[in-house]
Parts: sequence; structure tokens; C-alpha cells
Amino acid sequence: MKVKKFLFSQKTAPYIFALPFIISFLVFWVYPLISAFVMSFQDIGAITVDWVGFKNYGKLLKDKVFHTAMINSFEYMVFTCALLIPFPMLYAVLMDGNLVKAKGVWKALLYLPALTSVVISGTLFRLMFSEYKTGQMNVLMAMLGLPAIKWLKTKWTSEIALLLLCCWRWTGVNTLYFMSGLKSIDKSLYESADIDGATGWQKFKFITIPLIKPTTIYVLTISIYAGLAMFLESFMLWAGNDSPKNIGLTIVGYLYKRGIQKDDMGYACTVGVVLLLIALVINFIQLWLNGSFKKEER
Amino acid sequence: MKKKLLSTLLCGVLTASMLAGCGSVETADEPATEDAAEEVAEDAAEETEEAAEETEEATEDAAEGEEGEAEPEAVTTEGDPNGTHMEMWSFVEAHNTFYAKMLEKWNEANPDRTIEITFTTYPYGDMHQKLLMSLQTGEGAPDICDVEMGQVPNVYEGLDTWLYPLDDSMAPYADDMLASRLAAYQGSDGKQYGAPFHVGATVMYYNMARLEEAGITQEDVDAVVTWDDYTALGEKYLEATGNEEGKYFTSVDTGGADWLWIAMAEYGDDWTGGFDGTANVQLDSVRNMLTMQQDWLNSGFAEVSPDGHIDLEAGFQNILDGNIVSFPKAMWYMSRFINYMPEEEGNWYITKCPVFEEGQNCSVGIGGTGTVVTQQSVDAQLAADFLCYAKMSPEGETMIWNDLGFDVCNTSLWDDETFAHDESNQYNTFFRNYPYDVLNSISDQIGTIMTVKISPTINEYVCNTTLNEILEEGMDVDEALQELQDAIDLEQ
Repeated sequence: MKVKKFLFSQKTAPYIFALPFIISFLVFWVYPLISAFVMSFQDIGAITVDWVGFKNYGKLLKDKVFHTAMINSFEYMVFTCALLIPFPMLYAVLMDGNLVKAKGVWKALLYLPALTSVVISGTLFRLMFSEYKTGQMNVLMAMLGLPAIKWLKTKWTSEIALLLLCCWRWTGVNTLYFMSGLKSIDKSLYESADIDGATGWQKFKFITIPLIKPTTIYVLTISIYAGLAMFLESFMLWAGNDSPKNIGLTIVGYLYKRGIQKDDMGYACTVGVVLLLIALVINFIQLWLNGSFKKEER
Repeated sequence: MKKKLLSTLLCGVLTASMLAGCGSVETADEPATEDAAEEVAEDAAEETEEAAEETEEATEDAAEGEEGEAEPEAVTTEGDPNGTHMEMWSFVEAHNTFYAKMLEKWNEANPDRTIEITFTTYPYGDMHQKLLMSLQTGEGAPDICDVEMGQVPNVYEGLDTWLYPLDDSMAPYADDMLASRLAAYQGSDGKQYGAPFHVGATVMYYNMARLEEAGITQEDVDAVVTWDDYTALGEKYLEATGNEEGKYFTSVDTGGADWLWIAMAEYGDDWTGGFDGTANVQLDSVRNMLTMQQDWLNSGFAEVSPDGHIDLEAGFQNILDGNIVSFPKAMWYMSRFINYMPEEEGNWYITKCPVFEEGQNCSVGIGGTGTVVTQQSVDAQLAADFLCYAKMSPEGETMIWNDLGFDVCNTSLWDDETFAHDESNQYNTFFRNYPYDVLNSISDQIGTIMTVKISPTINEYVCNTTLNEILEEGMDVDEALQELQDAIDLEQ
């Protein structure tokens, strides 16, 4: 009886409906977060667990490989944001307008790469960018009369490969976000702009951009996070976590290397906590600059 | 009411955290490190034949199989169903096939101590991760498990609380086994935890067919004692072939430290410093080798191995194309010839490695699989007895040589005519000389570089950074070694 009453009560119902989320949130987010935070102060050995205070953090400050990984992730993040917001926005606007024929085909083509697994596409890109004369990119180079390049052995050429892989894969997804953002803009605004004699550029600048700002902020936020947390792309491109001079190592790659490959969970958790802090700080600044926090007050 | 909600929540957290525990095993993808690739590729070709017949069984077993965590590649149960039941894991299917054959022999010879073993082959990364996890939690570990050399420091961390020492079981064979090889699989407490497959002694491979075209005879090759002689021989070859574009005498590695190991063994150094010492990489041996390689690259004597080292598809192709005609490598590289370069039959000659100064040792054991018995075993002593029989007895070693093509550690067989000169063994007929004749001539010259806790760190930094800096970018050797030393000091 009591159980029935409990289940049918109006007060508890919302909690019960929200329960699956709350539980998964607590179990898969809050618990690991706290646990990782605690572990970041420990030296976790085979049998023993020692409390070492800030030793892991001190080591992180001196760890050049970590610094390399951080720079790599940061660069990757900046470049992906710089490429994956303007271009998808442009494509979305083009496809929203009347300039483009066969929109469905283009949409499908742009979105298709997102459906392939990174494991497969990463492997394909590795083969394309191979250092032999037979790799596609080097065949192209030969056509242009240029010498073959060891693509994945130097920093900037490998950066090109990584960014190309990333853009190829995510442009469609971001375009989709922007297209749904565009759909929510009232068409009458454009009509009235037409009556006022606005040019296409003016309409884009004064109507489209301000009104899809929420979408832009959303895409920017997830791009920052995704850029900093990138791992699989580089893992597949170099067929593992090791790249010459660590040019492909990312923060998460380093975390994986320390935690799983070297079985040093304490230090790996320190890396994870620092990654979290960096992502939080960057996104906080970004949201603050965008004025996202002010909206509630208005 | 609130209490109830809270308790439900807590229960949820509890059950889910258990699930989360299981799940984390899955995340161990396949960090197929170079070491792994070495071992795994080693037997790839042999595997394929057996794979076909075993997949049927495997799928059957897998269907009813365990919790569906890391997917096993093959599961088979062999042996006497009435015997003691054990579990065994490996990351190379050919290894399990070998153990299964030895199990049959064991059961015949020991009717009162028969065993039934379920063999499971996992991908390299998954298996070591699962093993570590089960050793740490004290539950779910197999009775016997293969451990790749690069993973030895991780698995040995628990010493005899995790692993069962093999010292007693290997006593009947210990005297015949190559001591330096056993030492490589000892724990920091001096106990023997791993049983080796092979010595992995480094030797020099020469493409005699091509050298002869350039007017170099086997006697010329035999006359090489020092690296200076070697360089002179190479220059003679390159001159005779007209310094052709894209042709070199050898290739140096940026993705593997074999050359440096050889150099250290020659000078009697060990950069790990052993179990008690501290690691020091600023050694003359290392410096000399790197300086020599840098000179070779500058003079067009050598190239950097495509893709970083010679034990990869690109390396095999490089050899087949005749771009290089000599290289030092462990004896297990013979199987690469059989599996990937069968058309090279009769072309190659094996001899000992050159040294820096006359009188130095000329070889070092590289790579390998140490098989361990866990303390969680239902009958650890029985498991250890079987393991030592399989991997150390003359019967077992003969099968290792015939089936897997390794240079076995049981030295009593090395000068056994029926073993070392057996014409039905494909390795004996493939090369211009008998591999074991070379091994015999260097038997007291095979050094060991220890694999200790710092080893993975050194190896990783050397292969990712140092060798690239020196060989690809021409960085000053001392400068690069100092950087390496700094990186290592951070960890010790």
C-alpha cells in the first residue's frame, strides 16, 4: 500500500522520472570526478596506495612531454575552432539560400563522413599521408613536381593531416547545427530587410550572425572541449600513441599513456584534473566574453 | 520517504560502480607498441593456417564465454577432461597452439598428474590489461599467462604475492638454460617468475647474393670483426655498385633501440642500472653508436629505416628491393624471412655482429615472452611443472625451434647435431649457414639489458624523441642524450 502511495504521489513522480539521469550523472560523472580528484594526490602502485600530496602536480610542471601534449592539444583546439565555425556557417547559409541546387545531395555528402568510424577514417588518412612515394598525398606532390614529404614525421605537415581529418569529419555535423539555427530565424526579418534595400552581405551581418549566436556559442563550446579532448584521431593516424618527437600526442593521449599503458593511475588522474581545469577556464572565459552569463539577468 | 530515496540512490551507485569497474577493462584498446608488434607479427603467418580450423571452435566457446569484456580472438580447451582444469592466456595464437601440443605430451608422460587447459588468445593490449587488473583485484587471473617483455615490469610489480616462483619447477633444466636469459625474467627479489621462449640473440644478416654480385666473398664477410671493418666492407660494396641512388649498406632505426642495446652489451653497459641502480643513458657505448650512425647517414652509407624500424612491412619491402644488404637483428627475425620474404631463400648469410673494440662481447638478447604462473592458480606447482616442461625441456625446446623458429634457451641442444643441423627444419635450410652454428660461436658472448621499472620510460623517450632528433634532424648526440637523461630523471 505504502509503496503504491509513494509511487503515485505527485511530489515523488518528478524525482522518479529524473532518477535515471540523476543516477547515471552521479555514478558516471560525479563519482569518477571526485575519485579522480582524490587519486590525483596519490601514488597508486601494484599493491600499495600512498598519499603523496602535490607531488604529482609538481611533476606535471616539470614534465616536458606533458607540456608538448598540452601545446599540441591547444593548437589543435584553436585551429579546429578557426576552421569548424566559419566554414560550416557559410555552407549552412548557402544551403539555406537559393543559390545551391540539389541541397539534399550536398547535405548528405557533408554529413556522410560523420557516420564513418574514426578508426577506419584514421587508418585511411594514415595510408594517404604515408611517407612513401605511393601514398596519395605524395602522388599529388609528384604531380605538382614537388619532392615527397614525410608527412607524419614533422610537426606542421602532420598538423595539416590532423586538421584535414577533423574538418572532413566534423564539417557536416556543424553545418547541421547551423542549419537548424537558421531555421529558427523569422523569415519576415529578411523580407523587411529586402524592403529596406539591404544587400545580401548586410542581411548576413546584421540579421543572420546575431540571431544564430546561441548556436555559434554552443558549437564553439563543444568545439573547444572536443579539441582539447581529442585522442582517437591522433591515435589512429600514428597507429598508436607514439609519434616522432610526440608531435601527435594530446593531453588525453598522455593520460591514456600514463594510466593504461604505464599503469600509473595517480599521475594519469592528475593529468585528467588539469585537463578539466583548462577546459573549464577556457570555456568560462569564452562564455563570459560572449555575454552568456548576463542573459539571465535581463 | 527521503530515506528511501536516498537508499535507492546509494544502491544504484553501488551496483553501477561495480558495473563501471568491469567496464573499464574494455577501455584497454590496443596500444600495440613496437614490442608487441615484434612478437605478434612474429607468428602471424603461422597463425593463419591454424586460425581457420580454430575459428569454428572459438566462436562456439566465445558464445557461451565469459562476461563479454575484451573479446578473445580464439578459445580452445585441450587435454584430459578428468585432469586438473586450468586457464591459460596468450596474445599470440601460435603460442597457445604450441602449449596445446606440449600438453598432450605432458599428459602422456604424467598419467597421474594430467591437466586440461582452456587456452584463450586476446589482443596484446587487452590481455596485459586484463591480467594486471585481475592480479590487482586478486580475482579472475588465469593459471598460466604469457607476458611480453615490455610488460614485464608492470606484471612483476606484485612479485610473489601475484606470481608463483618457478625456481623449484625449473631445477631439472636450469643448468642447461642460458643464465643471462633467465636473469632477464627474474623479479627484483631474485626469484624466477617468467619462463622464456627464446634467447633473441642479435646477429648480423648479410644478403650474400647481392654482395657476391659486387665481388664480396663470404671470407670477406667473415673477416669483419669491428664496426670499422664493417664500414670499410660497406664502402667497398657501395663503390662496386656505383653508389646507386637509393641503395645503402644498412638502415638505422628511429623506432627501436636494438642498435643501442648491441652497443651497450659490447661495452658491458646497461642504461637501466639494474634493479637497485639509477638509470644513466649518457654512456660511451650509446654515444659511440649514435655518432657512428650519424656519420653513416651523412656519408650515404646508411638510410633511416622506412617507418622507423626494419621489423615492419616497409622494412621487409626494403630488404626485398635490395635497398639494404645487411642489418643486425635478433635471431627470431629469421621467421620474418620465412613468413614475409620467402623469395629470399638461399640468399642470406648469418654471422656475428661487429664490435667496437676487438675482444668485446658481440650479442645481446632482445624481445621475448616470459610466461608466468599466478598465485591464483588452482594448483600453482602443477602449473609451474607443466610450464617448465613445455618451455625448458629438450622436447619442448625442439618443438619451439621447429614450430616457432626461435633460438631456444636450452644450450644443451645447441651443439646437438640432430637438432641444430636437422635438414627437415625450414630455418636450417633457408639460410646459407646453420643458425645454431652462429649461436654456438657466440654462446658465451650474449649480454643482457635488464627490463626494470624505468625501462618502458627510457625506451619510449628514445624511440619517440631522441633517435628522431639525432638521426632525422642531425642534433648533437650529447645534447640529445642530456635531454633524454633529464626526462628519465623526472621518473626516478
